[in-house]
Amino acid sequence: MTATVPPKAPTFLGLPTAPRGVGHLRGDQSFPDAARGALRDGQLRANLGHATSTIRGKRAKVVDELPDWAQLREAGRALKAATMARLDDHLEELERQVTARGGVVHWARDANEANEIVTRLVQATGTSEVVKVKSMATQEIGLNEALEAAGLDVFETDLAELIVQLGEDKPSHILVPAIHKNRAEIREIFARTIPGVDPDLTDDPRQLAMAARTHLRERFLRARVAVSGANFAVAETGTLTVVESEGNGRMCLTLPETLITVMGIEKVVPTWRDLEVFLQLLPRSSTGERMNPYTSTWAGVTPGDGPQEFHLVLLDNGRTAVLADEVGREALHCIRCSACLNVCPVYERAGGHSYGSVYPGPIGAVLSPMLTGVEDNASLPFASSLCGACYDVCPVAIDIPSILVHLRAEHVEAVARDRERPTAEAVAFRGLAKVMSHPRLWHLAQRASRLGRLIARGKPTLPNALPPPVSGWTRSRDLPTPPRETFVESWVREHGS
Amino acid sequence: MKVALFATCLVDTLTPSVARATATLLQRLGHEVVVPPGQSCCGQMHVNTGYRREAVPIVANHVRAFAGAEAIVAPSGSCVASIHHQQAAVARRAGEHRLADEAEELAGRTYELSQFLVDVLGVTDVGAYYPHRVTYHPTCHSLRLLKVGDRPYQLLRAVRGLELVELPGAEQCCGFGGTFAVKNADTSTAMLTDKMANVLGTHAEVCTAGDASCLMHIGGGLSRLRAGTRTVHLAEILASTEEAVTPDQQTRPAVSA
Repeated sequence: MTATVPPKAPTFLGLPTAPRGVGHLRGDQSFPDAARGALRDGQLRANLGHATSTIRGKRAKVVDELPDWAQLREAGRALKAATMARLDDHLEELERQVTARGGVVHWARDANEANEIVTRLVQATGTSEVVKVKSMATQEIGLNEALEAAGLDVFETDLAELIVQLGEDKPSHILVPAIHKNRAEIREIFARTIPGVDPDLTDDPRQLAMAARTHLRERFLRARVAVSGANFAVAETGTLTVVESEGNGRMCLTLPETLITVMGIEKVVPTWRDLEVFLQLLPRSSTGERMNPYTSTWAGVTPGDGPQEFHLVLLDNGRTAVLADEVGREALHCIRCSACLNVCPVYERAGGHSYGSVYPGPIGAVLSPMLTGVEDNASLPFASSLCGACYDVCPVAIDIPSILVHLRAEHVEAVARDRERPTAEAVAFRGLAKVMSHPRLWHLAQRASRLGRLIARGKPTLPNALPPPVSGWTRSRDLPTPPRETFVESWVREHGS
Repeated sequence: MKVALFATCLVDTLTPSVARATATLLQRLGHEVVVPPGQSCCGQMHVNTGYRREAVPIVANHVRAFAGAEAIVAPSGSCVASIHHQQAAVARRAGEHRLADEAEELAGRTYELSQFLVDVLGVTDVGAYYPHRVTYHPTCHSLRLLKVGDRPYQLLRAVRGLELVELPGAEQCCGFGGTFAVKNADTSTAMLTDKMANVLGTHAEVCTAGDASCLMHIGGGLSRLRAGTRTVHLAEILASTEEAVTPDQQTRPAVSA
């Protein structure tokens, strides 16, 4: 006879998160496992150390020269908070304005829908090639793979994205996807993969840039469809904005007949005037420049000038779920400057690939788990020493450490709900909480810790080989032998209680 | 002034000399020190590891232990930052609004040692003598959450005999991060290695800081490498005088526990 198990009561699963099996928000290893390998790569450590310290210095210089940086930052934070509070209204206004100016707006619930929409739009033009402007949203949803699966050729035109694509690599930084590569490595990739490249190519930056330029120029001139992301979209005018350094983006935005822009729904700002704040905050925080070399803006279609067909794909892919989290929703304020990556001591050492998501570093450690649901990226909120450097530099003042701590609790509480038996860690922390909230038990526990003196056998430090989780400490650090008496004990002995 | 000393769980259990030095220093400056025996922990480790609900009774114990204290001083930037930024929030989230209000009120009277000395007592020269070459690591929570700024430097510069040397890359985290040091032991160790390289590059005899936890991390690494540089808490340096200085370069503070 089999016992009938009563069906579990249906649980409210919350708003939909980014689906599995598509896109690049999940890694195949936990952060500690991935980092363990990356930390051993001396070349990676050198490349990252050099690149992040250079860009940190540049940012600090151009931020420090602004007397009103704190006010600008507060304005950016307040604008984003106000926009998110009425996100639906702003998005509908954006749709109306883009449509009125001859564009077509598509709403994509998730990565699958967005990929399907873009693939269909490209196929409808009859072309087999797509040029791309650097875009995090399309990396997030794995658009390149989707287009390639449909038999289309996709060409990344941002220099760093091109390096990553030619090297069959993955991006490791939001702004500088090839930050993990040095000049010599880039030369090797170009020499191996660019057809007809000068065999005497050196690692001189100008030579490398010229090689990429020659390679790309041909593609710009024959491209009929371009795909871009957007840094901002102005609701009141239906204006899309892309900021960049190279001008390759502008080639894509102006030369082809059809332009398809994929934009996360959080990129909308209500008014044209709001750009004033963000166009100051963004370049100083990201590249450490007062102003970025190219700022392209367009609204719908202009007859006889630029693309004659414009599609805007508004992507959710878990963003509404993030918006529903009262603590975590601040992460949607992110303008993808990457300043937090450049100051993060964890990112600098472990590198972007250790995070397993296209969004690495501190902002990635909060954004990725919220977009996918925290259990699909459960190690990321713990991949931080909570040093707070990210919060200090964030141009829109996202309190990343507090969100990290919040997500750690969301994970711990989800595990407690889903498991019949608590984890060993949960048992230990619950026990310790009980002990620490009762002075008598606490004093007993402190006395018990003196058993460490037996293990130390009179030495000033405990042995190196201790069982987990203490081994995590003692593998690389000595642990002092507990003293004979705690401070409170000795004080009470001397002074009475 | 009557000062209630919050030793913090880590200092009380593992490095009691730091709390002793804090008490000695405050007494020498003419203040009465009390040590509420019911104290244990601020709850930070639970909160930062994801056990915010479990932290609530720990916060309640802390509030009970220090109820009525005129001023509370702790030799730890991190624990004071948790008292200021986390205690009331976790209580409020758990619906314990009265506890949250009490915690908030108590936080208003809770000070990190260097801030208490400089801002409340208005002293920078505490009459200390410490004839050693010292470098200072500004721990992250003192630096970024409490914004202690140059107060520790002001205090150290006034110590007679002390040679203060600048620590390169001072503002980078040492890699401790509480349970981060164990959960992400490899990344933590990589950060520690770079911190130790900078510390050793100064050829200082002593690396000091305002947090015993970070010092246990840096000191544990230096000790494992059998490096000559040792870690000594800021309170121990400030408590040292001509009468109570270690005569030789032992790995022990100037004030006996």
